[in-house]
Amino acid sequence: MQTIEARGVSLTFQTADGPVHALKDVDLTVAPGEFVSFIGPSGCGKTTFLRSIAALETPTGGTLRVNGMEPDAARRARAYGYVFQAPGLYPWRTISGNISLPLEIMGFSKADRAERIARVMDLVELSGFGGKFPWQLSGGMQQRASIARALAFDADILLMDEPFGALDEIVRDRLNEALLALWRKTGKTIGFVTHSIPEAVYLSTKIVVMSPRPGRITRVIDSTLPPDRPLDIRDTPEFIALAHEVREGLREGHSYD
Amino acid sequence: MTDAVLNAPTARRWRLSTGNLLPILTVLLVIVAVWYLAAMRMNATWERDQAVRAGVELTLPDLITRTLTQDRPVLPAPHQVAAGLWEGVAGQPVTSRRSLVWHAWVTLSATLAGFAIGTGAGVLLAVGIVHSRSMDQSVMPWAVASQTVPILAIAPMVIVVMSSAGITGLLPKAIIAAWLSFFPVLVGMVKGLRTPDAMQTDLMRSWSASGSQQFWRLRLPSSLPYLFASLKVAIAAALVGTIVAELPSGATAGLGARLLSGSYYGQTVQIWSALFVAAILAATLVAIVSVIERRTLTRMGLAR
Repeated sequence: MQTIEARGVSLTFQTADGPVHALKDVDLTVAPGEFVSFIGPSGCGKTTFLRSIAALETPTGGTLRVNGMEPDAARRARAYGYVFQAPGLYPWRTISGNISLPLEIMGFSKADRAERIARVMDLVELSGFGGKFPWQLSGGMQQRASIARALAFDADILLMDEPFGALDEIVRDRLNEALLALWRKTGKTIGFVTHSIPEAVYLSTKIVVMSPRPGRITRVIDSTLPPDRPLDIRDTPEFIALAHEVREGLREGHSYD
Repeated sequence: MTDAVLNAPTARRWRLSTGNLLPILTVLLVIVAVWYLAAMRMNATWERDQAVRAGVELTLPDLITRTLTQDRPVLPAPHQVAAGLWEGVAGQPVTSRRSLVWHAWVTLSATLAGFAIGTGAGVLLAVGIVHSRSMDQSVMPWAVASQTVPILAIAPMVIVVMSSAGITGLLPKAIIAAWLSFFPVLVGMVKGLRTPDAMQTDLMRSWSASGSQQFWRLRLPSSLPYLFASLKVAIAAALVGTIVAELPSGATAGLGARLLSGSYYGQTVQIWSALFVAAILAATLVAIVSVIERRTLTRMGLAR
């Protein structure tokens, strides 16, 4: 069974200026354990597609299956954890309290919650910070806490919408490395929206290049990089060739209007 | 060198405190001075008339002394008001009908009851408005309309209608206090409950959170800064409402009744004393809410 299966998915928003085709005839298959990046200019529908997988938007055409289910049913079955660009931690809860929040909502027992919080905090290397409040942590640490929160209830899929977009380059590199390590360790399927070509190439097993008006997939590139990727892999000819291919894909989809 | 280092913090603290104190004291002094001058000027007319009638010449020092020691001055001097305040607060047993403490308590109890009712009503209506579009459209216009009616017109009607139904005492006054205090709470809570942004509510949806989970864990905590800001307005409004409610219908207890009887009998000192008690009461109530606000919001990491 495929983790994500999209057949002819379309999504049209009705606006005052007429219909906007956020997605048009999107076909995509994602196998379990893949790391898929969605890249493209603003308005190409990458975020809309991710939100459709999460059942935060409803496609107006085509079929979309997540773990073989309707997106809505998949959400209720806790198929995914979602990470937004901003950490969105509650200032009145400690880091542990924030990670505990979805667990409380889903009705996990207190002992179970404590065990899970400890495990995911270890996974994002935040052990020992559980008692701190969000404002006591740096932006990168806050985003790690929000990833831990998305992992806490053991969803198979992690959906990330430009999670490191608001962070500086150095922090971003470190978090990319950490995310890859986390992915290898947990074997999750990751859907990752980004604006950055190096980020997409460095992280992904599959890069989906999208273009706007209407939002569509122009190229799907399977990465030839090995799963084990130190940061300096970005200087290898293989990496540069892949980045070049992504750039080509972006260019061909982009009519300069 | 050592001395300078040791003295530095003290010197800075001293400068800081005088930095705050000096302007405050200056303003206070100016107000008192202006008040004295106004009292002399306003009370002088009567003294001059009296002197002409008695056929005596008044020297300026005489005139000044007399204007500041009248029994029923047009404008009592600050020291007369202070004396009246002291008389009313400390000069009587607190159970006496002449005690300002007793009157203040009568007003305070109705204020607090009205504040509680108003806050409860404001919060409940806000929750309804945020959760139901039809309530938003049907309740909000009435809430706004209720505040455009002068409270002076409403108060006697409420008192009369309720007393004809056999309800007197604290409750009618509390209703009028609530009438004024529910509105700021309603407006503040509607705004506050709507503060969580799209991302916060999307997160909740991604966890399939129910409406009540979203309310208790996200909307309500997020609204607290707005609630507290409204509560400060509401508690002062509740006090005003109570005093206005004590004016009509021959009430004999409370600061409002004290104000009214003072104006009946030309007891200006009594009016001013009651006014000052009301002002002190309002300031104290707002200060208490502020302290609770600061403590709560600091603990919640929401302090600005």
